[in-house]
Amino acid sequence: MTAQALPQTETPTETRSQATRPSAQENAPLLEIRGLRKRFDLSGDFLEQLRFKGGRLVRHQEFVHAINGVDLSIRRGEALCVVGESGCGKSTVARTVMGLLSPSAGEIHYDGTRIDDLSPKALLPYRKRMQMIFQNPYASLNPRMTIQQTLEEPIRLHHPDWSRDRVTAKVREVMASVGVDPEWGARFGHEFSGGQRQRIAIARALAVDPEFIVADEPISALDVSIQAQVLNLLMDAQQERHLTYLFITHDLAVVEHFGTRVAVMYLGTVCEVAPTRTLFATPRHPYTQALLSAIPRLEDDRPQPIRLTGEVPTPVNLPSGCVFHGRCPHAEPRCRREVPRLRPQDDGGQVACHAVEEGRL
Amino acid sequence: MALLEVRDLDVRFALRQGEVRALRNINFTLDRGERLGLVGESGAGKSVAAFSLLNLIARPGYIAGGSIRFDGQELIGLGERQLRRIRGNRVSMIFQDPMMTLNPVLTIGEQMVECLKAHRRIASREARAIALHKLQQVQIPSPETRLDQYPHELSGGMRQRVIIAIALLLDPDIIIADEPTTALDVTIQAEIMTLLLELCEKHNVGLILITHDLGVVSQVTQRMLVMYAGRVIEAGPTREIINDPQHPYTQGLMNALPQMATPGSHLNQIRGSMPPLSQLPSGCAFHPRCDFLTRADGSERPACSRQVPDFVASGNCRVACHMVAEMLAQEAAATEEDRP
Amino acid sequence: MSTHSSPPAATPAVGRWQRLRDSYLWYSFKRDRGAQLCLATLLALVGMALLAPWLAPTDPYDLAQIDILASELPPFWIEGSDPAYSLGTDAQGRDLWSIILYGTRVSLLIGFGAVLLQALLGVVFGLLAGYLGGRVDALLMRLADIQLSFSTLMVAIVVGAVVKATLGGSFYSDYAILMLILIIGLAEWPQYARTVRASVLAEKRKEYVDAAKVMGLKSRRIMFRHVLPNTLSPIFVISTVQIANAIISEAALSFLGLGMPETHPSLGSLIKAGFDYLQSGAWWITLIPGAFLVVLVLSINLLGDWLRDVMNPRLYKG
Repeated sequence: MTAQALPQTETPTETRSQATRPSAQENAPLLEIRGLRKRFDLSGDFLEQLRFKGGRLVRHQEFVHAINGVDLSIRRGEALCVVGESGCGKSTVARTVMGLLSPSAGEIHYDGTRIDDLSPKALLPYRKRMQMIFQNPYASLNPRMTIQQTLEEPIRLHHPDWSRDRVTAKVREVMASVGVDPEWGARFGHEFSGGQRQRIAIARALAVDPEFIVADEPISALDVSIQAQVLNLLMDAQQERHLTYLFITHDLAVVEHFGTRVAVMYLGTVCEVAPTRTLFATPRHPYTQALLSAIPRLEDDRPQPIRLTGEVPTPVNLPSGCVFHGRCPHAEPRCRREVPRLRPQDDGGQVACHAVEEGRL
Repeated sequence: MALLEVRDLDVRFALRQGEVRALRNINFTLDRGERLGLVGESGAGKSVAAFSLLNLIARPGYIAGGSIRFDGQELIGLGERQLRRIRGNRVSMIFQDPMMTLNPVLTIGEQMVECLKAHRRIASREARAIALHKLQQVQIPSPETRLDQYPHELSGGMRQRVIIAIALLLDPDIIIADEPTTALDVTIQAEIMTLLLELCEKHNVGLILITHDLGVVSQVTQRMLVMYAGRVIEAGPTREIINDPQHPYTQGLMNALPQMATPGSHLNQIRGSMPPLSQLPSGCAFHPRCDFLTRADGSERPACSRQVPDFVASGNCRVACHMVAEMLAQEAAATEEDRP
Repeated sequence: MSTHSSPPAATPAVGRWQRLRDSYLWYSFKRDRGAQLCLATLLALVGMALLAPWLAPTDPYDLAQIDILASELPPFWIEGSDPAYSLGTDAQGRDLWSIILYGTRVSLLIGFGAVLLQALLGVVFGLLAGYLGGRVDALLMRLADIQLSFSTLMVAIVVGAVVKATLGGSFYSDYAILMLILIIGLAEWPQYARTVRASVLAEKRKEYVDAAKVMGLKSRRIMFRHVLPNTLSPIFVISTVQIANAIISEAALSFLGLGMPETHPSLGSLIKAGFDYLQSGAWWITLIPGAFLVVLVLSINLLGDWLRDVMNPRLYKG
């Protein structure tokens, strides 16, 4: 199935590159994440951290290491998919990029400017250029606001000089563009079905005409037939508006369909980054291989899923060395000691695995 | 005779907006050791179907009619005490959220022993031995320690294994699994599904698998029912339905999967969304979303919006669709004509 | 997009009144006789209090209308009553019916006023603590703990003593209503702050708050425009209980002589004034205002219970 896919993925890229602004450098990445780390403090405030140990009062702190050194760059016009299982830190990456969380270490650069340390005021122009779509359409719309109010709010904020009529016209335009009847503006979110709510949430993100959209599991709360509608809508929007996506998901079938490139995450680290076709044709990292083999498929002749042994470690007590070594069928002593780094491969991807590096795999 | 036989099951909810018919005319059978899939989107009524099999429907829902025969015994109208003898004992359930079954303040062992003692006259030590054996069957690492652990000390995949062990505890004839792996990660999901399949095959346990995931159904079950808006719209052997779906909804569901389209191209979506049960359209409930309302020659098929379609046999499958019925009738007529 | 999805429901967009009529609140109110009775009683009492100047046969604040000789007259169903005074008179010869009307007015005024003040302080502090978290949260919540460790009575004694010492006793009784509002309002705001904080903590995890942040909205706007409207249900529910509590607090303070002066009595000070005559046989002076107080507080509390049951999302069955 992957082999037939080639021409389609190329077309949108061409249209996009023509449309990007002439001032922007063509080859520079739109978003660059360097050495990103994020840990969450589990131990509460100072008083709660104090413990008695061996007759002495000690300060005891515990952290969830959600992201442990992630480097990613997203090129203009592509859809970079980040996949991984729950707790791998993919949503934390998305939320850190959008400034909802501040990184513990590392930098985030958007169009050449470092944005993770900007003040809310200095960040405002970037808020217009970057938008986000959330997972749960039942929670992402304010239940006390009508659709009209929900959509007007970002437009008024970013275009304070616009007239009332112009704002209303923009709201109608953006509602129509996501396939929601503009006449329904006076309704509240709970009057709509899940799929329509997600369309409205997408409309809110598109209302300020962004160029970059972070989508955090935008279809996983939806039914199968609705998932297809929303995915189509996101792809249409990408073509029409020349959007760049950072697409977070756990669903590999969606990635294969939607992504230009894929980054596979495990326990807060990126284990493999590759163009979608390459990754699905020749997965290199043992975790990627296991993940791909586990997709439930309709075909009769699907291979048996690779059985991983061992338990998934928690991000509180990270394993030493390669985070995957406990479940990896190819682990060797070096994997337990040394953290593998992402290394470029011949096929255009990057893999962080000692076994691949040593040619064992 | 089939182990479980459901005839014309009718479940309704008495709500303040009026009565809502959650399930209509559900018919199916399950043989000993057979695996049946119930597929549909949220709101299709598949969970209601599972719950009503054991009369676990909570108010304001109630079973308005039909018959559920289990091993020759009619379950509808049975008293709570007799039902309890069947629930958990001969038919057990696995839920999506393991914490729905597990009591957070009791250890795994206590819960399993309690469950055994509720249904059998058995000594605690013996019950514990059985519990340990079941935990070994579901391949939990170091089962002895697990017995004395609390549910929160286990990971999600491990908890679902414990649930399966509890479901197997009394050697049931049927396991009803309601989205057993939806809350789990892909790799864990594959492990759990394989395990469930192996155990059912090994112990000749019937399985009713409720899921929205066509991939899972196609791997695990032998027969499947596709549900839409409280009704079964297509039923038959899983492989036949997956390879050649007849009903436009089943086709649409299958074609909407990203793996069925060329990457980067448009997915084949179904228009609109499933109507709420309180506002079902007239005729075939799917007709407002259906692409086959008009015939190939452009003429309308008025029955779709007027008359609820009956089941027609197509191969080994049963399909409730006017379009399919019409095509089959034409085919039959054509073969009739060919004959001299 | 080529395909417009089908409309969500056949109903057109509706106004606020229609929305109320369709709501679960209205539905369960229609079916609950108890709630209807409570609301009717409450509305009757509030109406009576509001219309006191027109309903009352005499003006109990006007010393010229008081006949000291007509004191301690029993209510109409007891022998020796005067038809001019339907519920009898108190020890000073004031018409009990009139003074109860005016007293209910004072009690309700203090109850609502104090709750308004509590709500104002509690909502702002609770919102700040819940939304901003961290040090602000710790500081405000410790402040609330300290406040709760003082009883209303202690606050009343301290404030009363301070005001009386600095501004004189007559100032205190002149502004007794304001003073009581201030005291009860200050003493009880932590209830609100805690409730609001708890629901803000739940709301702020929801994605619509993240969406507002991503949009670039200022914290103040997110707090008041997005989070606050979604915490209104619990505020509404505790408000009923708090009004009842405030009325009781006021009555208790007045009963102890820390509240309304007898020249300007509330239900509480009426009960106190009559208490001395309970033994001498004039029980009506204390028991009739007492009955009014009980009915008032009970109907508010029952209404509050009903509201809590209806609005509790965990009990909510669509």
